[in-house]
Amino acid sequence: MPDVIRTALASSPYNAEMDDVLATDRLTKRFGHVMAVNAVSFSIARGEAFGILGRNGAGKSTLIKMLTTLLPPSSGSAVIAGHDLTHDAATVRRLIGYVPQGLSSDPDLTARENLQILAALYDIPRSQRRGRIQSILSLVGLEDVANRLVKTYSGGMTRRLEIGQAMLHQPTLLFLDEPTVGLDPVAREAIWTHVHQLRAELGVAVCLTTHYMDEAEHLCSRFLVLRNGAGVSTGSIADLRAAARLAQASLDELFAYFTGDAVGQEKHG
Amino acid sequence: MNRSPTAATPSIVDREPVAGAPVGSAAAAWQFVAKTMAIANMEVRKLRHDPMELLTRAIQPLLWLLIFGQVFGRLHALPTGDLTYTEFLAPGILAQSVLFVAIFYGISVIWERDLGIVHKFLVSPTPRAALVLGKAVSAGIRALSQALIVYIASLALGVRMNLTPHALLGVLFFVMTGAALFATFSLIIASLVKTRERFMGIGQVLTMPLFFASNAIYPTSIMPDWLKWIVAINPLTYEVDGLRALMLTGGESALGLGMDALVLTVTLAFLVGVGARLYPRIIV
Repeated sequence: MPDVIRTALASSPYNAEMDDVLATDRLTKRFGHVMAVNAVSFSIARGEAFGILGRNGAGKSTLIKMLTTLLPPSSGSAVIAGHDLTHDAATVRRLIGYVPQGLSSDPDLTARENLQILAALYDIPRSQRRGRIQSILSLVGLEDVANRLVKTYSGGMTRRLEIGQAMLHQPTLLFLDEPTVGLDPVAREAIWTHVHQLRAELGVAVCLTTHYMDEAEHLCSRFLVLRNGAGVSTGSIADLRAAARLAQASLDELFAYFTGDAVGQEKHG
Repeated sequence: MNRSPTAATPSIVDREPVAGAPVGSAAAAWQFVAKTMAIANMEVRKLRHDPMELLTRAIQPLLWLLIFGQVFGRLHALPTGDLTYTEFLAPGILAQSVLFVAIFYGISVIWERDLGIVHKFLVSPTPRAALVLGKAVSAGIRALSQALIVYIASLALGVRMNLTPHALLGVLFFVMTGAALFATFSLIIASLVKTRERFMGIGQVLTMPLFFASNAIYPTSIMPDWLKWIVAINPLTYEVDGLRALMLTGGESALGLGMDALVLTVTLAFLVGVGARLYPRIIV
């Protein structure tokens, strides 16, 4: 584990007395008769890294889409940095960053242009744009290739750009939906390092979904485990062990316990 | 059911001022325009990176003018007044090629959805109408290359073009508004059908009636009454009518230039309003 990761993990243990940056209350999404997300309640502390775990179709992406204002909840509510998700969506949008699943930077534009459009959409004052973009490019290590079209980038480079795009407006809470799917091990580790760097340097809270238990363990201090749309367990790995009465269990084994799967089956993404 | 998250978690941080949020309606209006233009500006950058696409799109209007126009012109069967058939046809072909480019704009919206670009735009604090109008203006910019091609071909074919600045500005308006209108219509369809396959089917079904049930390649005076009704509610008719008045030396509007501009602008505004409601659904 790189030092920066170790430091970030050590510096941000969950503390129940810290201010919550996100809190949901029985958040629910129905599609017809299907309960995609069923009365899920959890909270994320300021600066915390939080993992949403679950099998394919467990409701992870639907939950993230609701929390990022892309889908209106069917019932229940959520508050992000003091603002109601449904009634104050415009403000919530200024406070969150979002990296969607898949590689979502525009391949027909350069990295700099991809950042410029978001600078405009997030109302970053013109006088600050150049400096802000430059510091983000340096933060994600893309300064030298900033004027190259994104379609010439590797998957890892595109992912780093996307994280930079999501951080441009300095959000309080960053959502990462399956951040390292399809990346090689070196690129994955680079993304982990960058996520920890962001937390250490900018104090941003991170909420990520993942299939990879090693990733969840590396990046997150607390977890929500989803099964068939419902939250079946939440808390630190010690909390999950206590709930499962499996004192020595790894996160892999706990995931299998809570989602009813054989160990490791969900590692394929 | 307890709907208040603060009851479950009392430690929510206090509300705090949020950077970048517009203060006052003038600031909000300015941000709306700035964001619309930012999206359109990206389209210009893309065209600069890869202008080849514009060249391939030039072929279709050339075929219509050079082959269809020349053959039909020899029949002398259509009452085109003082205009030769090629002169009558040129504005119609410009409107048609703008329509054909714009009506399939939804495909690129579906592609942007598949990549996640739409998600990123929708998560930003941008009014949905600005996103939709930005896309519409982008389609308008792409359509300008069609105008250039039709002008060059028409001049080469001896069409008496009106090249005065105010006429050219008027053409710019009608081309961009027409493209924006049909591209927004296309975005609405894409938001509803969501997949490329279904979109292509519907796009092809719509294109031909819009084109043939208009005044683009023949005058409405020769049409049966039932068809005239359809032509009257087809926005392409108003675009062609405006272009015919502005592009040609001695060109005349049958419906009135003001009426043409009004119909196109009001229809565009209506479609942008509908599009703003439906665009977020494309990701569901």
